[in-house]
Amino acid sequence: MNSSLLNYTLQLADNALIIGHRNSEWCGHGPILEQDIAISNIALDYIGQARNFYQYAAKLTGNGATEDSLAYLRDAIDYKNCLLTELPNGDWAQTTLRQFFFSTYQYFLYQQLQQSTDQQLAAIAEKAFKEVTYHLRWSSEWVIRLGDGTEESRGRMLHAIDELWSFTGELFEGDSYEQQAVNDGYGVVLQDIRNSWMKKVATVFEEATLPIPAGNIWMQSCGKKGIHTEHLGFILAEMQFLQRAYPGAEW
Amino acid sequence: MEIPDQHNNRQKTAAQIEKEVWAILENVADPEVPVLSVVDLGVVRNVQALATQSEENWKIVVSYTPTYTGCPAMDTMKMNMRLALIQAGYKNVDLTQVLSPAWTTDWMTEAGKDKLKAYGIAPPQYKQLVCTPDSFQQEEAIPCPRCNSYHTRLVSQFGSTACKALYQCNDCKEPFDYFKCH
Repeated sequence: MNSSLLNYTLQLADNALIIGHRNSEWCGHGPILEQDIAISNIALDYIGQARNFYQYAAKLTGNGATEDSLAYLRDAIDYKNCLLTELPNGDWAQTTLRQFFFSTYQYFLYQQLQQSTDQQLAAIAEKAFKEVTYHLRWSSEWVIRLGDGTEESRGRMLHAIDELWSFTGELFEGDSYEQQAVNDGYGVVLQDIRNSWMKKVATVFEEATLPIPAGNIWMQSCGKKGIHTEHLGFILAEMQFLQRAYPGAEW
Repeated sequence: MEIPDQHNNRQKTAAQIEKEVWAILENVADPEVPVLSVVDLGVVRNVQALATQSEENWKIVVSYTPTYTGCPAMDTMKMNMRLALIQAGYKNVDLTQVLSPAWTTDWMTEAGKDKLKAYGIAPPQYKQLVCTPDSFQQEEAIPCPRCNSYHTRLVSQFGSTACKALYQCNDCKEPFDYFKCH
């Protein structure tokens, strides 16, 4: 078994599952009906992406793992998602800004991943890329609408930047399995993604009249290594309870 | 239900069997947009009939592609395709998912587009204008499926299902779904 390929695939799956789970928490609580539907749709796209990556990862393990066992029976230390995805939703500004940061990252990541030498990763990326394009457009419009909106909405967007900015560095900080993935030709060079990401964020922030934080801010990391904030444990407790208490339950 | 005997199929060629299978699948509906079949949608990519030595005679391989990765209707479509084939006497069925090339509304049949419009859902535009990441771009002019007016507006890119956007007609005021280009 190629453990770097497995970890690389799991990281893609975990990111999608956890941010999808966070977005799903808005279902029934969105600010207006159309936006409730929008964010629930985005959550659904993520669950779909996660399933594709988990199914592939399950095959790679070769030990009888399934998409469900990977999602429901691994503990926080085994999850490789970036910390940004597991942070609580906060208000609408914080949720849409996180979505914008993450969708911009995924947009360029999947764009590159389509050229991966691993055919399955490339195929999933090709499909997901189309969906992420909608997420990026939707979230960037919210950043602009709120940033360049009222005093209240602008204040909330500024607060969201303060809360989230230090979690964006980790997106581009490759762990050892990501470096191995690049060496072996199926992974994406994160430095290239970072440059495209900065450019897109600068464009949207300018339109939103929002300031880009200074470049030397301390960045949080280690989610990719399995060292998480306390928030992930609560997500897993909710998500995994049923399968832990009643193993193999189906309905 | 009585399952037809496949005895007569022995004399048929693979091409004849494949044609029959396509015809069967044309009657398997998308559970969320029931006027469309899985063939109209472009979800069925390929059908292959393979001769076997067993009493089933033919193994049917159906290649399908999901519309959106998270489409919850996909599992139902798979099950219904299998059931329809079993009912027609094809018990040895293999459903294979293909992800690449990724599904596009370009694959929707013309008949499918007409059925959508009659059902009250605006079909995808002939000229594919797929979503780009640019914010606040000019919207596609989508004709209202009720009064055909182009004087409509986008309410949200995300609708009741992953494949649809919400629009409203400014003339007849009808809110409607648009099966968006993808």
